[in-house]
Amino acid sequence: MAEFLQFAFSGLTVGAIYALVALGFTLIYNASGVINFAQGEFVMLGGMVTVFTHAAGVPLPLAALIALVVAIIVGLALYRLAIEPARGASPVTLIIITIGASILLRGGASLTFDKSFHSLPPFAGSKPLMIGGAALLPQSLIVLAGAGAIVIALWYFLTRTLSGKAILATAANRLAARLVGINTNAVVGLSFGVSAAIGALGGILMTPITLTSYDSGTLLALKGFAAAMLGSMGNPLGAVVGGLTVGLLEAFSAGYISSSYKDAVAFLVILGVLFLMPQGLFGRGGMERV
Amino acid sequence: MRRFLEGPYAGVLALAILVAVLPLALPSLFYLRIAALIGIFALVVVGLNLLIGYAGQVSLGHAGFFGVGAYAVAIGPTYLGLPAWLALIAGAAIAGLIAFLVGRPILRLRGHYLAVATLGMGLLFAMVFANESAWTGGPDGMPVPHLDLFGFRMSGARTWYWISGVSLVIGAWVAANVIASPTGRALRAIHDSETAAQVLGIDVARYKLIAFVLSAVYAAVAGAYLAMFDGLVTPETAGFLRSIEFVTMAVLGGLGSTFGGIVGAALLVLLPQVLTVFQDYEHIALGLIMIVVMIFLPAGIVPSLAGLLRWRRS
Repeated sequence: MAEFLQFAFSGLTVGAIYALVALGFTLIYNASGVINFAQGEFVMLGGMVTVFTHAAGVPLPLAALIALVVAIIVGLALYRLAIEPARGASPVTLIIITIGASILLRGGASLTFDKSFHSLPPFAGSKPLMIGGAALLPQSLIVLAGAGAIVIALWYFLTRTLSGKAILATAANRLAARLVGINTNAVVGLSFGVSAAIGALGGILMTPITLTSYDSGTLLALKGFAAAMLGSMGNPLGAVVGGLTVGLLEAFSAGYISSSYKDAVAFLVILGVLFLMPQGLFGRGGMERV
Repeated sequence: MRRFLEGPYAGVLALAILVAVLPLALPSLFYLRIAALIGIFALVVVGLNLLIGYAGQVSLGHAGFFGVGAYAVAIGPTYLGLPAWLALIAGAAIAGLIAFLVGRPILRLRGHYLAVATLGMGLLFAMVFANESAWTGGPDGMPVPHLDLFGFRMSGARTWYWISGVSLVIGAWVAANVIASPTGRALRAIHDSETAAQVLGIDVARYKLIAFVLSAVYAAVAGAYLAMFDGLVTPETAGFLRSIEFVTMAVLGGLGSTFGGIVGAALLVLLPQVLTVFQDYEHIALGLIMIVVMIFLPAGIVPSLAGLLRWRRS
């Protein structure tokens, strides 16, 4: 039982980060139809900028705030300089643009910072809590609470504020949204900013546990994309469920089966789910207009 | 004459001439080596173009098939005592068979769901290569024996330039045949709209599967070539980044254009060589070039430039 709990804790912690990355994918996809493969770089930026500004003597909360602002600026710049000029291009062209952006950001990070691994001190000490015989790091609790708070804040933003509703309206029908006076370009820009912020927060929260480096974004983007697809691309609830599922699958298969095949189990399950439910867990049958 | 020039075979002929003449223009073996690499990667992209450019199905896992070919020529001769050429054929056949078996269920998925499923498939291959160290040498990879044909040893840049060049011409010729056939028309119909194609009586699943299997075989042959050329194979051969590289080559050069695929492969093989002069700025430059090309030539280099030329003329 203690073992089971231990795996569940670590799975939920990693899964919460995947969920945040998947949420970032979902937001941008909903507003613009773009699959943003640079999403992982926002997480990397959040971690790396915090580490380096903190090392330069800035107190941790302020360093985190700076990292958040940097990521948002990068997100907005990505939209303004790379996505908006290519408006009307095919989805696969846009994907290659975001892959180019992710290579660029990784190159920029290895140059501005360095190529080694970095960590942050845990935000609330490193004395583990013992629950049912399993050790839970305070930082894991912070990751889970932080991710939960972000999800709730996002839900509030999307359903209770005018800007958030504009994002939902644009996602539902771009043309109709424009007809009722929504500036859809600004909305897409906003979604890039919010996605960058969510990614950066995830990066800041996870760095004390998982370390960060200039190239840590690639794997996260891959897992986050898989999680978003598992929960049906475009569905925020699906993104969260998908992220937690992938995290738990990884932790349990690493614990009970084999750590070298942990990703294999996660992807086998994803393949299995997609065979049974081709639109993902929360998908509805789509229609194609001929 | 005019009909021939506008048909699919004119390009193949031009390619054959280019392959035959290029060595005269290349000053040293170093360039010949790079040309051979371009030929090998272009072979993958020509196959992948059938799947992505014509059938409209994006795969993020083709490095898996590339890896199957590469490991076949490593494992076959080393552990099973097969001659290298037979291992190559076996590798291509196995990749085709896997694509056939996996393709049926996977190709039911559409759009990004297909992308994530192929991505998962590619990762599974890469993980098997990295973890079954008794057969594959694990993360460090394993050496690949030379290819011996008719008592001659196939090694060195010059030999491999000709092998990859001739294979590329044959590959482009086969692709041109497929594109000009009813299969090609069916694939284009599927690209435009799966539902509409189905309504017209096209067996969508069958044609998508044909494109998938063909592209897998192209990838496996090219993978085997690269492994024998390098004399070494590692799990990165089949990695996610390789798959992304293939798709990038196809899209940068131009989907739905065989020449585009070759230009895309040439660009992504050459750029890292050229960009080394920028040292630390290499990745920044590569990313920037990808973004700028896609913004200004959204249909890919070859189709966009050809369109521009036609527009200028009229």
